[in-house]
Amino acid sequence: MRCHADTDTVDFVIVGTGAGGGTLAARLAEQGFSVVALDAGPFFRPLLDFASDETAQNQLFWTDKRVSSGTNPIKMGGNNSGKAVGGSTVHFAMVSLRFRPEWFKSRSILGYGADWPLDWAEMWHYYSMAEQALAIAGPIHYPWGPKRPRYPYRAHELNAAAKLLARGCEALGYRWSETPLATVSAPRGKSPPCVYRGFCRFGCSTNAKQSALTVWIPRALKAGAEIRDLAMAGRIDVDHQGCATGVHYVREGQWRFQNARNVIVCGYAIETPRLLLNSETACFPDGLANSSGLVGRYLMTQANQAAWGRMEDEVRWYKGPPSLALTEHWNYEDRGKDFFGGYCWMGQGPLPIEWVSVQTSARGLWGPALRTEMMDYNHQIGVKMVGEMLPNEDNRVTLDDDTDQYGLPIPRITYEWSENDKRLINHALNQMTMSLAAIGATRIFPQDDDTNHLAGTARMGFNRETSVVNSDCRSWDIPNLWICDGSVFPTTGGVNPALTIQALALRTADRIKHLAARREL
Amino acid sequence: MSRLRLTIKGPAESGGLIAINGSTPMDNIDPRSLYPDYDVLAKRTSLSWNDATRRVIDARLAVPREPRFFSGEQWATLVAVCRRILPQPADRPEVPIAALLDNLLRTDDTQGFRVDPLPYDGPAWKQGLVALEAEARAAYHAAFPALSERVQDALLKEAQAGRLHHPAWAPMTAALFFKHRILTDIPALYYAHPTSWSEIGFGGPAGPRGYVRMGLNRRDPWEAREVGATSQAPARALTRHAR
Repeated sequence: MRCHADTDTVDFVIVGTGAGGGTLAARLAEQGFSVVALDAGPFFRPLLDFASDETAQNQLFWTDKRVSSGTNPIKMGGNNSGKAVGGSTVHFAMVSLRFRPEWFKSRSILGYGADWPLDWAEMWHYYSMAEQALAIAGPIHYPWGPKRPRYPYRAHELNAAAKLLARGCEALGYRWSETPLATVSAPRGKSPPCVYRGFCRFGCSTNAKQSALTVWIPRALKAGAEIRDLAMAGRIDVDHQGCATGVHYVREGQWRFQNARNVIVCGYAIETPRLLLNSETACFPDGLANSSGLVGRYLMTQANQAAWGRMEDEVRWYKGPPSLALTEHWNYEDRGKDFFGGYCWMGQGPLPIEWVSVQTSARGLWGPALRTEMMDYNHQIGVKMVGEMLPNEDNRVTLDDDTDQYGLPIPRITYEWSENDKRLINHALNQMTMSLAAIGATRIFPQDDDTNHLAGTARMGFNRETSVVNSDCRSWDIPNLWICDGSVFPTTGGVNPALTIQALALRTADRIKHLAARREL
Repeated sequence: MSRLRLTIKGPAESGGLIAINGSTPMDNIDPRSLYPDYDVLAKRTSLSWNDATRRVIDARLAVPREPRFFSGEQWATLVAVCRRILPQPADRPEVPIAALLDNLLRTDDTQGFRVDPLPYDGPAWKQGLVALEAEARAAYHAAFPALSERVQDALLKEAQAGRLHHPAWAPMTAALFFKHRILTDIPALYYAHPTSWSEIGFGGPAGPRGYVRMGLNRRDPWEAREVGATSQAPARALTRHAR
């Protein structure tokens, strides 16, 4: 690995190496820029470091101190936060979906949320690039949305949970599909095909998963980028002309400063606003890139409710990627809705600890009743939604008075579901319950309290008054400060965000190349 | 298309089940495993486990049985609470849930975040056990572990329902402590233990070998065989050739 001294003024220092930062590190280095990418987490070697275990793999999650508050506090930790080179993609469920095109103009076309300053057709191009780079395994024909190329790798075999999802969809008259997944169905480079061990959300120990750690980081290293792990960024410095000069970070107990011509923040929806807010100066008393006052605002999560039931058949849902099949019916069908937004639902395969948390949180079971229910583990079936929650400026990340192990103020996360969110959830719970009832499941119950992915807090937009960054992910206030991760999403859609973040990072890298050629960096 | 109307509430009398396809609440009987011949630890040296897995499971099985995080009195309360939340059969070694929790909090191997107004996990646990003890003494003039199982259950149900209001809970509430700590941590630690995996027929660690047979009612030779399952040959015959 090529290494830089802190005193080298590199072209780009990138904070975070997940779906946003990992992709940018690779693409910017491949374009010839000098790049240092910092990550607060370790550089894992999956073949040696990853156990097949729900508990031990807590090592992958962001477990630093955070406060979650509000009417509907968001569950953090392993639910939505990664702390490793590769970020959350090390433990994501590999679901790689495109936005519905209309979502990029949801305000203008669908009447809710906010428009993105991007054109869907351009994003369609970058989605294809990302799918090729990640060797997505998916169906030949995807049933929803505009035409897209066939997926580069064939779809995975369906497990029993996925076949039952399909059966339920067919009973309701809805289309279903094999889920496009970022785990290979045939050998690719150093990745063997997926062996269906089922611990995907706790790190892939065989490297079949096409995460930032296995795809973008090796490309970044090959192109000359430096990946500096265990490096926690604490503050971005800005000179008296209002330009960023580099990043203060702590590594091996020492505070250091990396000089850079450009800073790109890719810390996701909590750590990105936290870093910007923690970097306040006399010139920027409310934090960096925050003249709009919107840094930390419009935090979004996604509804992740589920319906569960029991089959007479043995399902053994622990085998294979958890979400091998899905339906996007209610992402593309607007008739009959009493709410804005969309949702999909997917097959599920919770391992025992997650499964018992469903029984305790959704039903409040304990004692002999709980152990009795758990005995049916191999007969359980379930479907779980990924649902769009609407942006609300009062859902936000602020700084708390408390500090973390580095002495940095910790984030306080405040969240409340809107009436629209609740209507969407209720609609989905009805639909998912019917899909289970239609296949003869018994002992059906809803799980009404879960959320998953994050977005917002540094939204992109059309002007400096109503957004934090422009369509190039460049901050309006500080020309050499960029933000490129899920935090720039103006709306979050009804699909998992990872592929959209990577497509956005690919576009941003191309825009930076273009701007550099015009000497507009 | 007909719409089901769901009323989504907390734990209902039906245990949260929706009455479809003849669902009925499960009786509170002592459950029996459907997999009496299955021991997930028998796969420890097989291709279903890698070295990293062996390291972490070995450490879990060797967890010290004495408290190092909790005080003696807190420990006694905790052990009693664990036995009510996850009662275990008498005919096998007990999963040491309290010891696993003590170890987890001592090493601060938690999810990191706290939900307002709960303190972080370690302080919340200490305070919650003290508060539960205070409730036991206030209502029954006895220590929680000295109460009968029936009375312990009653007190825990009151905590779950938010009907306990001793000042020792502040700024938490009994209901939040029950939901976020008791009912989150204790079951998670039990189902992190290989004994529970054998009990429910979970495949357990599965790398690098993974699985081959994915369909309905299909099972690899290295998976648990359910009592009464007739469609497949006994697991032992199938596993003879597998390490």
